[in-house]
Amino acid sequence: MLRRFRLEEPDTIQAASDLLVRFGDAARLYAGGTELLLVMKEGLVRYERLINIKQIPNLNQVKLDNGAISIGALATHRELTVSPVLRESLPALVQMENNVANIRVREVGTIGGNLCFAEPHADPGTLLLVLGAKLIAAKKTGQREIAVENFFRDAYETSLESDELLTEIRIPRPSAAGGLAYLKFGYLERPSVGVAVRVEFNGGEKKWIAEARIAVGCAGPAPRRVEEAEAPLKGKSIQEATHLIDEAGGIAGRASQAISDLHGSQEYKEHIVQVLVKRAFQQAVQKS
Amino acid sequence: MATASSKAAERQTIALSFTVNGRAYDLDVEPHELLLDVIRDRLALTGAKRSCDVQVCGACTLLLDGRPVSACTLPAFEARGKKILTIEGLAENGTLHPLQQAFIEHGGFQCGFCTPGMILTAKLLLDENPDPTEKELKHFMHGNICRCTGYKKIVESILAAAKKMRSGARSGKN
Ligand SMILES: Cc1cc2nc3c(=O)[nH]c(=O)nc-3n(C[C@H](O)[C@H](O)[C@H](O)COP(=O)(O)OP(=O)(O)OC[C@H]3O[C@@H](n4cnc5c(N)ncnc54)[C@H](O)[C@@H]3O)c2cc1C
Ligand code: FES
Ligand code: FES
Repeated sequence: MLRRFRLEEPDTIQAASDLLVRFGDAARLYAGGTELLLVMKEGLVRYERLINIKQIPNLNQVKLDNGAISIGALATHRELTVSPVLRESLPALVQMENNVANIRVREVGTIGGNLCFAEPHADPGTLLLVLGAKLIAAKKTGQREIAVENFFRDAYETSLESDELLTEIRIPRPSAAGGLAYLKFGYLERPSVGVAVRVEFNGGEKKWIAEARIAVGCAGPAPRRVEEAEAPLKGKSIQEATHLIDEAGGIAGRASQAISDLHGSQEYKEHIVQVLVKRAFQQAVQKS
Repeated sequence: MATASSKAAERQTIALSFTVNGRAYDLDVEPHELLLDVIRDRLALTGAKRSCDVQVCGACTLLLDGRPVSACTLPAFEARGKKILTIEGLAENGTLHPLQQAFIEHGGFQCGFCTPGMILTAKLLLDENPDPTEKELKHFMHGNICRCTGYKKIVESILAAAKKMRSGARSGKN
């Protein structure tokens, strides 16, 4: 059962931020509600007021802007799966989105709500980490850019301030001389392990890895990029890197801060990370 | 997670004008009233069921402007100005939709608790993709759980309906 609350429906970012200042802890932003209403129904949190931000115009747009891909925080998972811009420039993100939750949650849940709730068993944050995404946070007095590496603090904790809204996700357009893959594994409702791998080749010749990025999510409290696992692959040929990928995967597993829980033991998750790093690397190379 | 306030909120009403199965309604709802309760308790349309209550099982599925939602976790005010289709509105002039007919003919249900949600979701699938592969069907229907049939007969029912609809039976309505 959902307890009684009052609804505010601001139509500007400023007005929403004002309401957050005015009502403090008694109010919460509400986008799709797919996470928030669940914890409210369970009685885990109570808010006197929900601030519906869906009346703020243009916050769900997906477009190319100065060579970067711009995703509005209110874009639903489904809107991302059908976006022509993303299908053309970032098919790996479309594929990831198409495997989030189920068809009804994808219909209503937003990418902004997914990131801001920072539930550990989530997909988008991990992929955004290898894409070098920037998150735009806005409040009454202006806006700032947060690198996605600095956004996730802990389980259910982000670096957003209490009067800030996430408005946009900006992703540099991946170069043509690279490949990208996101893979997840799980048998419960939400993913148990998620891994993203991106490789960039130099000179367009596809021979040497100019840059490799690896990120791991779900296993631990927050998704993280694992630079220690990327380092051994840099400057290597595909063949050399293929020999080293088990080692890189092992490093990523140990760095994933995996915890033993309902989804599996720490050791099990670390192993799955290793396997997924290998498979994602192979896919990324194939797609390049 | 943020600290929560325990002060009770004051009452507020929101005007909800919407269409359900082609019929217009004007109601007053409170912000916390869930769409499923309004549809079941106030409009007496009990086809949609509450089962898991956490957006996992699909027993509460309704089509809102043609799109699938979990009515168990959607506030009723989200339906303002929208059109809803429930299982009660699917048959036309007493003629069952090909999916309904196929579920009967192919044993697509036992207790029937999941069936309204299964059929509405399958309707959307076939409207978007009249000739789905079994893999596409399973991906689309992943969020609809059945505790009786073991799914095989549900898949058969949907594929049979798809075939019938392609051969020109009836396309169904929104
Ligand atoms: C059954 C189920 C299965 C799921 N499976 C997956 C899965 O496989 N992978 C996955 O990644 N996720 C999964 N999810 C999570 C899903 O992606 C999120 O529920 C959804 O995207 C959250 O978005 P929302 O708009 O509904 O958020 P809300 O519930 O509206 O908000 C969530 C939180 O974020 C805050 N918030 C929302 N928008 C903003 C904003 N713009 N700025 C600042 N704060 C904001 C709210 O105040 C609230 O605290 C699943 C969820 C369910 C219910
Ligand atoms: S009752 Fe709504 S999804 Fe299960
Ligand atoms: S027929 Fe009983 S749950 Fe599906």
